Parts: sequence; C-alpha cells; structure tokens
Amino acid sequence: MTPVQQELLIAVVKVLVFFNVFLGLFSLMTYVERRLLAFMQFRLGPNRTGPFGLLQPVADGIKLFFKEEVMPEGANKWLFVAAPALAIVTAFLSIAVVPYGPTVHLFGRDIPLQIADLDVGVLFLFAISSLGVYGIVMAGWAANNKYTLFGGLRSSAQMFSYELALGMSWVGAIMLAGSFRISDIVTSQAGWFVPHWNFFRQAPGFLVYLVAATAEVNRTPFDLPEAETELVAGFHTEYSSMRFALLQMAEYVNMMTVAAVGASLFFGGWLAPVPALQTVFGHDIGLLWFLAKMGAGLFFFIWLRGTVPRFRYDQLMSFGWKVLVPLATLNILGTAAWIAFVK
Amino acid sequence: MTLDAILFYVFAAVAVGSALVVVGQRHPTYSAFALIVTLCSLSAVFGLLGSPFIAVLQVVVYAGAIMVLFLFVLMLLSVQREERPARRAWGVKATAIGLGAVLVAQVGSVLASAARGTTAPGFNASTGQVARLLFSPAYLYVFEATSILILAALVGAVALAKRES
Repeated sequence: MTPVQQELLIAVVKVLVFFNVFLGLFSLMTYVERRLLAFMQFRLGPNRTGPFGLLQPVADGIKLFFKEEVMPEGANKWLFVAAPALAIVTAFLSIAVVPYGPTVHLFGRDIPLQIADLDVGVLFLFAISSLGVYGIVMAGWAANNKYTLFGGLRSSAQMFSYELALGMSWVGAIMLAGSFRISDIVTSQAGWFVPHWNFFRQAPGFLVYLVAATAEVNRTPFDLPEAETELVAGFHTEYSSMRFALLQMAEYVNMMTVAAVGASLFFGGWLAPVPALQTVFGHDIGLLWFLAKMGAGLFFFIWLRGTVPRFRYDQLMSFGWKVLVPLATLNILGTAAWIAFVK
Repeated sequence: MTLDAILFYVFAAVAVGSALVVVGQRHPTYSAFALIVTLCSLSAVFGLLGSPFIAVLQVVVYAGAIMVLFLFVLMLLSVQREERPARRAWGVKATAIGLGAVLVAQVGSVLASAARGTTAPGFNASTGQVARLLFSPAYLYVFEATSILILAALVGAVALAKRES
C-alpha cells in the first residue's frame, strides 16, 4: 500500500472504532442514567433484564426496532425523515476533533487517538454545534403539530442564545494556549492540576461553559424544548420506533461530546492531574484519565437532572443574555489584560 | 484526478444544484434548507482549497447563525407554498435577463483566464495569517468601520424593539 492509502486506512479504522465506542457508550448511558436517577429518587430503576438490569438497553433496542413507524397524515414526508438523520450526523461529526489520549505506538507507527487534529478544532466544534439545531427545528416543523412546532421554536431560540455564551466561554482557554487546536489547548495545561488546568485559570469561563453547555444539549434545568408538562414531548412527540431512537441517540451523543470537550478544554484532557501519575509501569494511561474526566462530567449531568427543577422560559432567555454573555465578555477582557500585562 | 479534485467537483455540483433549488422552489422553508446545503458545500470547497478558517467561519456565521434566524422567522409566520404569478412584470424579466448576461460574462472571463493558465497568487490562509492580514494597516480601518456599522445596527434593533412594548 502507498503511504496515502495507509493513512486513509488508519483514518477509516479510527472512525469505525470511535463511532462504535460512542454507540456502545450511548446504550450504556441510557441504562446508567435511568439507574442513577432511580437511586437518587429512592427507586430501583430497571433491574430485571440480565444481571443488575444491564441488558435493559438491548431489550429497549429490540423493542424499538419492532415498533411501528408512524408518520402523521399532514407531516412533511421528506423533512420528517431527514430530521433524525441530520440530528445524528451533526452529533457524530463533533466527536472527530476531540483528542481522547496521547499518541500511541501500534504496528511501528505513531497513531494519535483523535480522528482529525484540525488547525481550527475549536471553531469546527462551534460550527457543528450551530448546525445541530437544524435537526430539532426540522423535526418540530415537519411533524405539522403545534406542540412539536413550539418545541422546535423554543429549542432554536434557546440554542442560538446559548451558543454565543458557549463559544465565548472557550475564548479565554484559546487565548491562554495561543491556538485553536484542541490538542494544543490540552498540552497547554500540562503540570500539576492546581494551577495549570483551565478549570482554575479560567474559572469564570468554565462556569459559563457549564451552564451554556447544559442548555445547548437541552438537559435539565434547561430542557424546555421537551418540557413534558406543557409540550407533551416537545419536538419528538410525533416520532416513533427507530426514528425516535435516533433523536434520542443524538441527544446522548451531544451530551457525551459536551462532557468530552469540557474535559479537554478545562480539565487537561488526557493529562494526569499529577505528572507522576501519567505513566503506570511505563505505559501512558492518558486514555483512562480522559475517560474518568468525561465520566465525571456525564455523572454531573445526571446528578443535575435528579436535583434541580426546570427554568421558566423568559428566565432562561434573560439569564443567557444578561448574565452569561456579559460574564463571558468580562472573562475574555480579564484574560487579555492578564496576557498583555502580567505574562 | 486526485481525491481532492473529485471531492471539489462533488461539493461544487452540490452547491450549484442546491442553489438552483433555492431559486426554483416555491416553498420558502424548503428554499431556506436548500440555502443551508449550499452554504455548507461552499464551506467544504473553501476547506479543500486550503483555508480551513474561512471554511469554518462560513458555517458558523452563515449556515449556523443567520440561517437559524431566517428559519425562525419563517416558522413563526408559518408560511405556505407560494403561488406562481400568472404573468411577470416586463421590468422583472428585463432585469433577470441583464443579470443573467452579467453572470455568463463573469463565468466566461474566469474560464478564459484559466485557459490562459494564469492562477491567483498563493496565500497561506491559516488562522494566524488571516488574523495578521485582517489587523494589518491595509484592512484595519475597514474592519473597524464594519464593526461600528454592526454595532449601530444592533443598537438600532434594540431601540426599535423597545419602542414596540
């Protein structure tokens, strides 16, 4: 094989591996979330299918496959079918630029644990997250139902309000690293976790990211697009069977991306909190550190869902524009001043 | 043909095709979605031409932000399929023909210069280079003037919205 073909093969294998890992994590997450939420609410959750109920996601998958696909009479056929596909494609596109671990040696080659180390990695994430809203808008509009339409409208308003804060919360970390490349931002946090992680150096930026990211993936307390008590199930009310599963999957993959990006930009990604712990018996365990940080982020999202009630819609909008955006701006100005006068 | 060239032609074809859908489609919502496809394939073309920064900005600004607002308005107004007018005004036809002629002339001139073998001077369009150029004395004034224009529009929009309530 020529070098180009080899590179192409490696890229394809990496895409397949990461894609399937995320699919597996998705089904695991549905189980973990139901189970943890149940414990938080003094229930048991699904515990009958397999040991500890671990086969519940498999049973759910089989059930969804055999459900009837229903399309409402007045629905827009093309867009109704295209919406879940678009949602899942944009969700999976963003996992490509996250570095999951240090470069590994396999078959005498250096292989970075990242599908694409883009020069504009952070901006790419931003672009893809801004496209993610279309899947939801399309789903809400195409079903031709007023509840889904309201879900879609709310979601688009919420997402483009919080997207701005989300993007601005990254700017401080980008300025400190001097690069848009995510792997550069990770390595800029090398050293002891206090004070090198951006969680400490960029505390206001992290707070803005936490809130904006929760809103961006429509999780409680910002799950207004699918507020059950007012909108039935929001934009996916009319979806059934595997199309419903795809929309659900897109939401979970987005949540995992947000956790992975947070771990990379604010918690040193695959770097150990203490440099001495980076290698164990001569092996670099960066991947494990990354998974631990990402898992902590995902646990936080579930914990949050079990703890806080939903925001009211007007509170949500004014909070985004009047608190988060100014806070992110101040953080950028502060970081710029620090770089210009202190560093 | 190299892989890059094949991808270039694929995305170029998608861009032109979806642009035709934008114009030909009678339903505004379909047009808006087709325009998003056009912008995304243009972004892919920019990326293939070696300027990832411009490619990403194309998606962030146009496909991501502006088109969401367009769609938002279209959905709030719950627009229906537009009916084709029975006859178009004479002036509209003349303008369309004139603009079509300009387009043909432009495409022709580009093809002619390509046939002569002249190429545009190379430019390293990495993020840093674009930023240095943008903030260099050559473009700084224009850049700042545009920023002030956008700020003025922003303040104007807020003032108009306030007066309503």
